[in-house]
Amino acid sequence: MALNLNPNFSEVGKRYFNAYSPGDDFYEMLINAHRDLSDEQSELLNARLILLLANHIGDIGTLREALNVAREGV
Amino acid sequence: MLTTYIYPKFEYRTPPEIASGKTLKVPVVVVGAGPVGLGAALDLEQQGVPVLLLDEDDTVSIGSRGVCYAKRALEILDRYGVGDAVCSKGVSWNVGRTFFREQEVYNFNLVPEPDHHRPGMVNLQQYYLEEYLAARAASRPNIDLRWRNKIVSVAQTGKTVTLKVETEDGFYSVETDWLIAADGARSPIRRMLGLDIEGKIFMDRFLIADVVMKADFPAERWFWFDPPFHPGQSVLLHKQADSVFRIDFQLGWDADPEEAKKPENVLPRIKAMLGAFDGAVDKPAREFELEWVSVYTFQCRRMGSFNHGRVLFVGDAAHQVSPFGARGANSGLQDADNLGWKLKLVLDGKAPEKLLDSYSEERIFAADENLVNSTRSTDFITPKSKASRTFRNAVLGLAKDHAFGRALVNSGRLSVPAFLTTSSLNTPDCAGDTFAGRMVPGAPMDDAPIIENCDAGWLLNKVGKEFVLLCFVDDPKSLDPAVLAVSSAPSARDTAPGSAGGITFADIPLRTVVVSRKPGTVGGGIPTLEDPRGIAAQRYDAKPGTVYLLRPDQHVAARWRSLDAAKVKAAVARATCNA
Repeated sequence: MALNLNPNFSEVGKRYFNAYSPGDDFYEMLINAHRDLSDEQSELLNARLILLLANHIGDIGTLREALNVAREGV
Repeated sequence: MLTTYIYPKFEYRTPPEIASGKTLKVPVVVVGAGPVGLGAALDLEQQGVPVLLLDEDDTVSIGSRGVCYAKRALEILDRYGVGDAVCSKGVSWNVGRTFFREQEVYNFNLVPEPDHHRPGMVNLQQYYLEEYLAARAASRPNIDLRWRNKIVSVAQTGKTVTLKVETEDGFYSVETDWLIAADGARSPIRRMLGLDIEGKIFMDRFLIADVVMKADFPAERWFWFDPPFHPGQSVLLHKQADSVFRIDFQLGWDADPEEAKKPENVLPRIKAMLGAFDGAVDKPAREFELEWVSVYTFQCRRMGSFNHGRVLFVGDAAHQVSPFGARGANSGLQDADNLGWKLKLVLDGKAPEKLLDSYSEERIFAADENLVNSTRSTDFITPKSKASRTFRNAVLGLAKDHAFGRALVNSGRLSVPAFLTTSSLNTPDCAGDTFAGRMVPGAPMDDAPIIENCDAGWLLNKVGKEFVLLCFVDDPKSLDPAVLAVSSAPSARDTAPGSAGGITFADIPLRTVVVSRKPGTVGGGIPTLEDPRGIAAQRYDAKPGTVYLLRPDQHVAARWRSLDAAKVKAAVARATCNA
């Protein structure tokens, strides 16, 4: 499974009339998840989230690709 | 400081009620002659309702305020008679550039979607919009526009709102059936009635600078995140009319507004910004002249209900959003558009007052959408925590190379009208009628090019103001006779409502308009719009026989694959709270 680098957010049963809405929905959820956390807690939340999502994706090839893309820009 | 614009001074006239001592009695008063109040007055005037429009000042909006007027607002302004003036004076831009620190991260070209009359947006200083609207309002005999007339008290008793008005010649009283409060963010009417508006103030300050460029400068929108010339903050540059460029510098909450506004502090910022654009320090500095400087903060809040008895709140008086996404005046004009036809039906006794609750419901739905979108933009532009800033910067870094990152960059989502999908005025699609596309019940209508009597025109200019039954056919000759049977010629309807076999419900006018793929006319005085390339049919997913019921404000109320007069009547009843 190649890493999808195109916009890919959506929610089942939800109708979008603007292309930006699903991505903005996700981004708001992500930022809200960090609300009122200390910097250290935020780091921990991020680490847990990455592990959860990585396990969900499962495919090591895809994860390797994502890790490479992520690392390139750091 | 302002050199490109001369503020008009509107004439104050002594109200006749001062000398006569009589109480003025009118059906509708609009308070506040800003873009939204003027829009509301023009909307009602077009509906045939006489309007008293009061404003405490005698000129237009001072300084640099609203900038961007989006497509839906332009379509509404078309109906108010100033769309051409706004579009020809306004500046269209398509290219937007996003910078992060030293680099351009990406750019986009918002090529306007073809086959729409109006572009996605034009940029124009608010004072021009108000000047055009005020001139239009002054030319309408049904609008009594009074400058330097200030409301000093407001009271509601039963079905009457009583106002006390102050002028330089003394006081007079007005009794009205309905009061529309378009008196801005600090709404004195709202305060005098003791009503709340809830939300939050954003802990940030922005510096506005309007500059006149002395040489050519591209008509583009630039947005900088964390630029070297203004570290840690954001900067937005926009072109307006008369080569005036509007620049918004984020200052942060701790900035001293008075210090920030001083020319010796503003000019270096602008020079650094223009130097960064030119990309070369050895170039001679661009010449520009400062026209306007101010510092603003903003709030995101709305009233719990936009109608209180016989007082109806519109625009900033009812709801305020952050400026990112141009959702202030744009949404206020949609308030006027939503309210005008409803108030007309209620005044005429053709719909119950409950219809005005739907004004509040629908515009609160839209206001909440605007609040969500503008708050999201604000949170992206001005992150409130370290984690939020890290994510924002990661998005900007990824945006350079990856499409998904670009989609997440949020420097303001352009104002688009709400799809009122949850409105109680909608009639849901019948089981078995399937439609593709966006024109669901509650949707704001898409435009399309049409030809009427050999003249090229636009669908949106042919519908609205009244309920319209839009009937699609392949050939005028093949029109379902049922359409003719339910459609009375306008002349017959005017003289004897409902008596010519037309569909009427509670004497609510319903015009029939036919859209045909092939040329020809259907006769019977029914307008026939040719859709030569099938664009209207495609946007509405129409087949021969498809019928749309359209509201006076150009939202879809209902649609069917074939005409059934009983269903149309029921849908009109539902859309007017007569069900």
